[in-house]
Amino acid sequence: MTAGVDARVLVRRPSFELDVRLRVEPGEVLAVLGPNGAGKSTLLSVLAGLLRPTEPDSYVRLGDRTVTAADVHVPPHRRGVGLLAQQALLFPHLSALANVAFGPRSQGRPRRVAEATARELLAAVDAAELADRRPAQLSGGQQQRVALARALAAGPGLLLLDEPLAALDVDAAPAMRSLLRRMIRGSGQTAVLVTHSALDAVVLSDRVVVLTDGRIVEQGPTREVVAHPRSPFTARIAGLDLVPGTARPGGLRTADGQVVAGQGAALTEGEPAVAVFPPSAVAVYAEPPKGSPRNVLAVRLAAVEPHGDLVRLRAAARPGGPSWVDGLAADVTPAAVADLAIEPGADLWFVVKATEVGVHAATTGVPAARDRPSAPIVSLSRSPTPP
Amino acid sequence: MTTAGTKGRARRSGPARTSQAVALPGLLWVPAAVAFALIALPVLGLALRADWPRLPALLFSGPALAALRLSLVTAAISTALCVVLGGPLAVVLARGRLPGMRLLRSIVLLPLVLPPVVGGLALLFLLGRRGLLGARLDLWFGITVPFSTAAVVLAQTFVALPFLVVSVEGALRTAGQRYEAVAATLGAAPGYAFFRVTVPLVLPGLLSGAVLGFARCLGEFGATIAFAGSLEGTTRTLPLLVYLERETDVDAAVALSLLLVVVAVVVIAVARPRSGEGLG
Repeated sequence: MTAGVDARVLVRRPSFELDVRLRVEPGEVLAVLGPNGAGKSTLLSVLAGLLRPTEPDSYVRLGDRTVTAADVHVPPHRRGVGLLAQQALLFPHLSALANVAFGPRSQGRPRRVAEATARELLAAVDAAELADRRPAQLSGGQQQRVALARALAAGPGLLLLDEPLAALDVDAAPAMRSLLRRMIRGSGQTAVLVTHSALDAVVLSDRVVVLTDGRIVEQGPTREVVAHPRSPFTARIAGLDLVPGTARPGGLRTADGQVVAGQGAALTEGEPAVAVFPPSAVAVYAEPPKGSPRNVLAVRLAAVEPHGDLVRLRAAARPGGPSWVDGLAADVTPAAVADLAIEPGADLWFVVKATEVGVHAATTGVPAARDRPSAPIVSLSRSPTPP
Repeated sequence: MTTAGTKGRARRSGPARTSQAVALPGLLWVPAAVAFALIALPVLGLALRADWPRLPALLFSGPALAALRLSLVTAAISTALCVVLGGPLAVVLARGRLPGMRLLRSIVLLPLVLPPVVGGLALLFLLGRRGLLGARLDLWFGITVPFSTAAVVLAQTFVALPFLVVSVEGALRTAGQRYEAVAATLGAAPGYAFFRVTVPLVLPGLLSGAVLGFARCLGEFGATIAFAGSLEGTTRTLPLLVYLERETDVDAAVALSLLLVVVAVVVIAVARPRSGEGLG
């Protein structure tokens, strides 16, 4: 059912131009990051068939079907492309169950079959007890869960996720994020995720493309792009520190045995995980701090870069030390750099509180679609792909 | 919006009440009271003038019952025609892409601003025995429209259509096309999405438009008398009978007027909650 995507999308308008070439392997999740007005929504609309590209060179292939080309336009309802948007947009006059059954019903499935499918999916998104409620009686998080079930019930070959967490409040977002992960990654659903959040990309996607002014400025495996952003936009919104390992109670254990303490959703012990923290949460010491309950990472300073009003210190591995610290960043004030009197090559200690570290299940990806090491954060040999 | 709307909101949510405390300059009260009196006092006058003991006898007289029955039947048929024809017209106006759409919309609104008598005359010149279309209907099929019950229905539909179209078009514009887009991504063909999503979404607007249209049909006078005449049992609806009785039996006219007031009040009570949103 799930299909790969091969697309070139060219849209020209007086004040705007979108020119994007993308591939998504079957079962892969591609994140599209970009500032407002970068063309992300236009891209999704073209994939969904809600918008026709203006230029005849454009094409969209889903699996082996061409759905958009110079003289081809398969209408949205015959594409098998599902959409989960920022707003749940549940049909207000239908119960949650009827909303979820809508897709199968409109594809001609008998009512009983459609409702059975709907009940299964509602149970899968932990919303079985909401079946008879109207959308107005549901919270934002509940509506979005039902909307996810509705999108999946239609059995889409490709699922488009348009900032699915952006409208949720901070309490509902983490649960929805792990639900999306479970439902989409668990079933090998091909998906394109548009998001502003590097964390969403890290948790949900295999690969990222960064879109600015209608063009791809950066792309690659998610963790690599997020940990080592190259474009200014990616650096501003992403630039997270990532440490791969396996889950353990209260944090994760790296390959060489060091424990990184952090806060995490329910993870199974031993499951691949990644610890995520912002560089601004890292304190830097020239001497090893003593008797501290915090995470202490021994690093060697690789580079000092200006980063807005702050200074970003880039870490490298110490000889004989763990290699996973390579590339970690710490944002400190210029005054702190002066106090530390440091320069590249110096041995430092990066210290980060457990409360600042989020531990998430790692995207281990789809084996078939994967041609890269599973813990690529230290790899700098990204092959630059032309946009 | 009306003060009734503001009050309704204040009752539901606390914060709105505090914002209302700031509003309403005192100057407004006098003209507002005069306006209200202008609407309410004539109706009161009618009620005071009525010959209440004789009221049942006046209302259940043969001509009155015939007129009432004719009014209700024709108004119901006209309303149904408005829904069947005006609904699709509203969809085309709200969503269609045609050149000259603005002109088209202005023409549709014409019966709202046109004197009904003019509308009746226009219908007569189209469908009369020597009219543009009427002559051919007469020649080919032997059908004569004017001065028949069908003419009453046509006249009422003519004047009531814009009410339904405006109401439904407004509801369609408010709803937008987001839900239809979602339905399409779920695999729903346009026709399926229309009946399962669009129609239920605009149903409140459709109902309030239909109720307003029904009220307009019941009250129709000018277009009916010009196009259908005043034949007892065939084209003499309640308003026509009221006008006729006014000359000979004032008590009967007043009684029938009161009946129309009651019907109007019922209609407003039914349509009111939605009409404020629909016609915005």
